[in-house]
Amino acid sequence: MDRVALTQEAAELIRRLRADHGPLMFHQSGGCCDGSAPMCYPAGEFRTGGSDTHLGDLVVDDEPVPVWMSAKQFEYWRHTHLTIDVVPGRGSGFSLEAPLGVRFLIRSRLLTDEESLALNG
Amino acid sequence: MAEFAAPGQQGSVVAYQERYDHFIGGEYVAPAKGAYFENPTPVTGQVFTEIARGTAEDVEKALDAAHGASRAWGRTSPAERANVLNRIADRMEENLEAIAVAECWENGKPVRETLAADIPLAIDHFRYFAGVIRAQEGGISQIDQDLVAYHFQEPLGVVGQIIPWNFPILMATWKLAPALAAGNCVVLKPAEQTPASIHVLLSFIADLLPPGVLNVVNGFGVEAGKPLASSSRIAKIAFTGETTTGRLIMQYASENIIPVTLELGGKSPNIFFEDVAATRDSFYDKALEGFTMFALNQGEVCTCPSRALIQSSIYDQFLADATERTKAVKQGNPLDTDTMIGAQASNDQLEKILSYIDIGKQEGAKLVTGGERADLGGDLSGGYYVTPTIFEGDNKMRIFQEEIFGPVVSVARFDDYDDAVKTANDTLYGLGAGVWSRDGGTAYRAGRDIQAGRVWVNNYHAYPAHAAFGGYKDSGIGRENHRMMLDHYQQTKNLLVSYSQNAQGFF
Repeated sequence: MDRVALTQEAAELIRRLRADHGPLMFHQSGGCCDGSAPMCYPAGEFRTGGSDTHLGDLVVDDEPVPVWMSAKQFEYWRHTHLTIDVVPGRGSGFSLEAPLGVRFLIRSRLLTDEESLALNG
Repeated sequence: MAEFAAPGQQGSVVAYQERYDHFIGGEYVAPAKGAYFENPTPVTGQVFTEIARGTAEDVEKALDAAHGASRAWGRTSPAERANVLNRIADRMEENLEAIAVAECWENGKPVRETLAADIPLAIDHFRYFAGVIRAQEGGISQIDQDLVAYHFQEPLGVVGQIIPWNFPILMATWKLAPALAAGNCVVLKPAEQTPASIHVLLSFIADLLPPGVLNVVNGFGVEAGKPLASSSRIAKIAFTGETTTGRLIMQYASENIIPVTLELGGKSPNIFFEDVAATRDSFYDKALEGFTMFALNQGEVCTCPSRALIQSSIYDQFLADATERTKAVKQGNPLDTDTMIGAQASNDQLEKILSYIDIGKQEGAKLVTGGERADLGGDLSGGYYVTPTIFEGDNKMRIFQEEIFGPVVSVARFDDYDDAVKTANDTLYGLGAGVWSRDGGTAYRAGRDIQAGRVWVNNYHAYPAHAAFGGYKDSGIGRENHRMMLDHYQQTKNLLVSYSQNAQGFF
């Protein structure tokens, strides 16, 4: 049971970015402008620490892509399931996909009771 | 009513070039890798110009130019720099319509707003910092009879600035005016969603600045922003945007041991105490307008009052009146001077807003009005329009906790003062807040109890240059506006001078 998932289109984009940049990671942003967007970086480019929560790993072709979020933000998000999708556009920030004319986007739904019990206790 | 012709069309007050290169060392320079990217207008979704796709090589060239100009610019007198800023302001004023229409076309915001707010505020900002730099004084401290501490402000040198897309020219000005006034040279990267309007501005003011003092490198964050932010050749980096990029920029800055200023957004509460509705007078009308401010600039403001907290005793009637007021906000062609709300700045922004409206509904928030993409017909059908949206719900919902950056307000009720302040502060952010009350004591106490850098009392969305702006909590580090902004662009030099003829007595 997972908190995070991705669409086929997002998986395709991850394959493409991985070919250029190697292993990848996501950190979910908050705040203004392009806040609330999942930022995609080469693995290790963004330093995570004790103030972050590891939401899970997206697995694309047997290779994991860890997804992180600040722990404080996670407290407000923990009741929702997140799916990383792709839309046409031009996000800011230093996310790797922006020059390709596309943008990762978070789609959310409420966790089911069963998921909530399993994931949040 | 008047409708401006689109830039480049017959009768327009402004035309964009077909292509823009980087502005480096006082001239336009083609990108090292020769690549460009298309820039669409959110008004119609159509591409109207193309922009240099900058890379590390271009950033290095801009840094070369900035460092080349830095020593001479840093040694100009405050009066000389003030004169330059004043001349920039004058040129902008002379060309206000052209700049305002260019900004409207690139960002999608109504021309009514760029004519009356964005550009006049930017003009005033240059004048303000022209004034304060001349009035700034260092310090002389007598430590003892023969020992004197002199404190001088010196420029940092070459600074990097990364500009957001919601107020492309005004936000560039907030960073540029104090940096230039303080004697720094700048390498500036505009947002990739709004890379062009600053070049229209440059077409009017470039000749006023010595070559290399201001350099503009366009491009994507990962390709141009990162080489700038992580460069060991900048003395400071300023960024407006979101938290993850803010942290990454701090991380890069830590590698170079340089200061950052960060403005990372908010989820600003707008609190309406019951005495607001004591009578239905002009103040009540002002408060209703204050509620409706969530739709200003399509909600694409870091301080968007996106959480309205209304006291229970007036809740139903106030919300009904506020909803009526919101429905009266005129949406339309941004180039029409009657239009109050225009287009969201980009397609991905539109998609993000719609995704939040979706999760709001799923979480059980009640949709009062709006909540959908608007199709304005004709050419505008390709643009990115959202109807002003009001949700009722609970502060724990995600639409109450995340900055949607769209014309969406989430409304909740509160019972008493303590409840209001508790809910207002139940957020990761602390950039802006609004307090509405006829009672000065209530307004004062609430203003002090709310953990936010800017609390508007009985007004909202005013941005005078002489009022400090910046965030508590996760909303960032440092301030913009106000004379104190100079501190973020200056080093303190202490000259500790002994006038004594005698040995100090250690050896």
